[in-house]
Amino acid sequence: MTLVYAGVCSHAPGITGRAQRADPALREPFYASFRQMGEEIRAQQPDALIVVAAEHFANFFMDNMPAYCMGMAEDYEGPIEDEQWLGIERRRIPGNAELANRLIERMLHDVDLAYAQEWKFDHGVMVPLHFLTPAYDVPVIPININCQGPPITPLHRAYEFGRTLRKACDAVDERIAVVGTGGLSHWPATPDSGKINETWDRTFLDRWLANDREALTSYSDEATYFDAGQGGFEIRTFIAVAGAAEGSTGELYYYAPIPIFAVGCTIARMHL
Amino acid sequence: MSLYTVQKLLYQLNRDRSVQQRYKDDFAALLEDYDLTGEERHALAAPDIGLLYVMGVNGQLLMHYAALCGFEWDQYISAMREGLAEHGSVRAGLYAATDDRGAVS
Ligand SMILES: [Fe+2]
Repeated sequence: MTLVYAGVCSHAPGITGRAQRADPALREPFYASFRQMGEEIRAQQPDALIVVAAEHFANFFMDNMPAYCMGMAEDYEGPIEDEQWLGIERRRIPGNAELANRLIERMLHDVDLAYAQEWKFDHGVMVPLHFLTPAYDVPVIPININCQGPPITPLHRAYEFGRTLRKACDAVDERIAVVGTGGLSHWPATPDSGKINETWDRTFLDRWLANDREALTSYSDEATYFDAGQGGFEIRTFIAVAGAAEGSTGELYYYAPIPIFAVGCTIARMHL
Repeated sequence: MSLYTVQKLLYQLNRDRSVQQRYKDDFAALLEDYDLTGEERHALAAPDIGLLYVMGVNGQLLMHYAALCGFEWDQYISAMREGLAEHGSVRAGLYAATDDRGAVS
């Protein structure tokens, strides 16, 4: 068993880019939980951190859109965004191409996974790394689940993908941490930015913490779009981590809507 | 297909610093490389963030483009609202405002 950590977190660009505009009474405990997750991950001394992300047309566009893709590069660059706008400096982030290669080989037995030797990180990966590995000293292996351009992968496939990822992690000797990152309900990049459906989020989180596969994968995309916005499609990243932690249940470290961050800010982990 | 082309341009512009350099040096020449309608060319060049939003440009692409054009956050949100007031509902895509105005004032 070499999956040593499994967690989930938010990644909205406002978390770093509009930090000063948030209520400190909400922001500071959220940041503290984010950093605590980073300390827990680093305490496990992982050889790699897999970030299951829902990027936003940073690398993949509708000319050739994989449902699932894994990075297999020596290193990565990010953020693509204006550094001041995001509040994160552009830098190189170490990868682990050789380990990624072995994981991909293993996963291809169960799933038709795409892979990429070039990859730039947007806020969807950079915001989590800013808190989790602030020294950028843990090799990162990115995974993208297309949550942006329909048709998108069904939820039960996201859970299954997580199970496959777990199998691959457990088949190698390296110690691997996995973090899924996405929004729950939110309407980012619209005039509704800041709208958050807290009731919907809390129900989803209860299901995630209980690792209730059936309940987690029962949402239709129509209902999610209506109740949780297009940003709600990113629950696929959380569901994949639940799949990777099948049989385990979770603990919620932080949840609160922070409207200027445009999302219900969430930090939670599974106890593997 | 044309909205697709607008989005492809923004995708390449947002992620590629050599395309960003061309945008700075001669945006009109860059736009020539893409098969765009007059309205699309105008909306990109102005830039008219509100019109691009109403045309159905993916929100994430547009948010990054607005930042690249130097829009402050509040200015970017108001530009989308003004677009709705001026041009009507979002014509395509997933990033429509839930009440055509923006729920949070
Ligand atoms: Fe996102």
